[in-house]
Amino acid sequence: MLTILFDGIAYGMVLFMLACGLSVTLGLMNLVNLAHGAFAMAGGYCAVVLVNRLGVPFLAALPLAFLASALIGLAFERTLYRHVHRKSHLDQVLFTIGLVFMAVVAVDYVAGSSQVFVQLPDYLQGRFTLLGVGIGRYRLLIIVLCGVIAVALQLVLMRSRFGSRLRAAVDDARVAQGLGINVGGLFAATFAVGSGLAGLGGALGAEILGLDPSFPLKYMVYFLVVVTVGGTSSITGPFLASLILGISDVAGKYYLPDLGAFVIYTIMIAVLIWRPQGLFARAAAR
Amino acid sequence: MSPQAQADAAQLLAGRARWHPFEVLFWLAAAASTVLLPGHHLILTEIAWLALFALSLDLILGYAGIVSLGHAAFFGLGAYAAGLLAKHELVNEPLLALLLAGLAAALLGFVTSFLVLRGADLTRLMVTLGVALLLRELANKHAWLTGGADGLQGVTVEPLLGRFRFDMFGHTGYVYTLAVTFVLFLVARRIMNSSFGLSLQAMKENPARAEAVGMPVSRRLIAVYTLAAGYAGIAGALLTQTTAFTSLDVFSFERSADLLLVLIIGGAGYLYGGLIGAVVFKLLQDSLSTITPQYWPFWIGLLLVAIVLVGRERITAWTAPLRAFAGRLDRRRGAAATKA
Repeated sequence: MLTILFDGIAYGMVLFMLACGLSVTLGLMNLVNLAHGAFAMAGGYCAVVLVNRLGVPFLAALPLAFLASALIGLAFERTLYRHVHRKSHLDQVLFTIGLVFMAVVAVDYVAGSSQVFVQLPDYLQGRFTLLGVGIGRYRLLIIVLCGVIAVALQLVLMRSRFGSRLRAAVDDARVAQGLGINVGGLFAATFAVGSGLAGLGGALGAEILGLDPSFPLKYMVYFLVVVTVGGTSSITGPFLASLILGISDVAGKYYLPDLGAFVIYTIMIAVLIWRPQGLFARAAAR
Repeated sequence: MSPQAQADAAQLLAGRARWHPFEVLFWLAAAASTVLLPGHHLILTEIAWLALFALSLDLILGYAGIVSLGHAAFFGLGAYAAGLLAKHELVNEPLLALLLAGLAAALLGFVTSFLVLRGADLTRLMVTLGVALLLRELANKHAWLTGGADGLQGVTVEPLLGRFRFDMFGHTGYVYTLAVTFVLFLVARRIMNSSFGLSLQAMKENPARAEAVGMPVSRRLIAVYTLAAGYAGIAGALLTQTTAFTSLDVFSFERSADLLLVLIIGGAGYLYGGLIGAVVFKLLQDSLSTITPQYWPFWIGLLLVAIVLVGRERITAWTAPLRAFAGRLDRRRGAAATKA
């Protein structure tokens, strides 16, 4: 029981890593980016290549995966995404679906369609029992790492100058621009960090979620659920939403294997009926 | 409303409902293809049901402005409904089964419309995508009924109206699919050129103002969503009936995404966009998949990105001279009519 809770938390943490960048970019620019999962996939494959082929130590590969995805994200933002900021949601949806299709086929072409795994070092494998709870070492690493990052993100957002600018821009981009905040640059930076975090999530989550070329399609709905349920106005909303989603998905698959994926959809529908604006959103959200 | 305003409104609606020569030409060409292109009836059948499917998306996207990522949910439900009705010999007449499949999909559309209408764009994306995935999962888990991942096999479709067999060259299938598409197009054209269709466009432009002048926004959106779902279900049923097979793939995300592309190629919001888009898309897909069987989605993706970067208005601009010409003819005829 507690083991399931533990696994669910680890799963939720990975989802948070994957989706938090999306929620911030959505809140900031009202940009619907369905291709967010593609950046996560880039990070995952980057880790696979680094660890399995080049023999880079696993813990060193994680920051590299972050950097690689962040750079790819930055490049795409500056060359392509900036052209669709002001277009309608339909255009953004079409554009990012197109990117997803291209990413899926490109990865399939380069790396093959089969599922790949990152080789974990010995010290991260296996479980130990603590107070009757079976704890997987790798999952413990995920929880600690993602927990630290989440706290750091929250601190940056709430305490730093960058964070206050970002919050101002999310609240009202036009007024923030008028006060001399460079919203475009802020957005590019946020987009890069968000993509990087997604890449880190992809690298960490390859073991739990599975990594194959269809990754961005498979987890698209999860990202959307996290963002819609968690809202786009804070880090805590998506964080709690990811945890709820992760725990209920793991518990659902364990206790009700026949129902499988239905659990999260049921939760999604229930939340929508109860709070159409999302669980943690303010009423006046855009 | 004053009598003058009423007369104006009636004249406006009548003007919209008048047939352009190009429309007549379009349907004559479609009818001629049943006789002139007997060797291509299989792909033409695919074009015809895809056109109907795209038409149904046009009703909610082009007219009501609802972006859906899961329109395949209704298509798939219709496909499985028609397949199951035929397989278990519950309803032997294909036309009746078609109607029932459409009704089933419309019912699902009605029920889910309440969820779809609750949120803003992003929530709608999630809900539509979620509903399609949920149905796919349902069909996958209930293999005793649907055949699961192997697809629904052993479907035998009885002859149409008890007389016309579905032959392997697809002659009957094509005439049948085309006829159904045409009839449903007529219905959609009638509805969208009525005051109901006009009010939908008003809501799309400015929901708050539409609500303020007294339009029942939610109720009309529910109505059009239900109608579109029924259309999509019938398109799915046509697929099953003409191929005597259906599989989980009918619910796939790719199908919903491709459908968006089909409608965008032709242009949304004037009913013919989906039909023209279906022709272009199928021919494109056919040629791409013979060149690169495995990797053609890449080119579809590239096309989507290119269309958005270039601008959708400019992509459909190629139909503008045609539309302008049709408009000129129309005005001349209108002027002649008032003189007479």
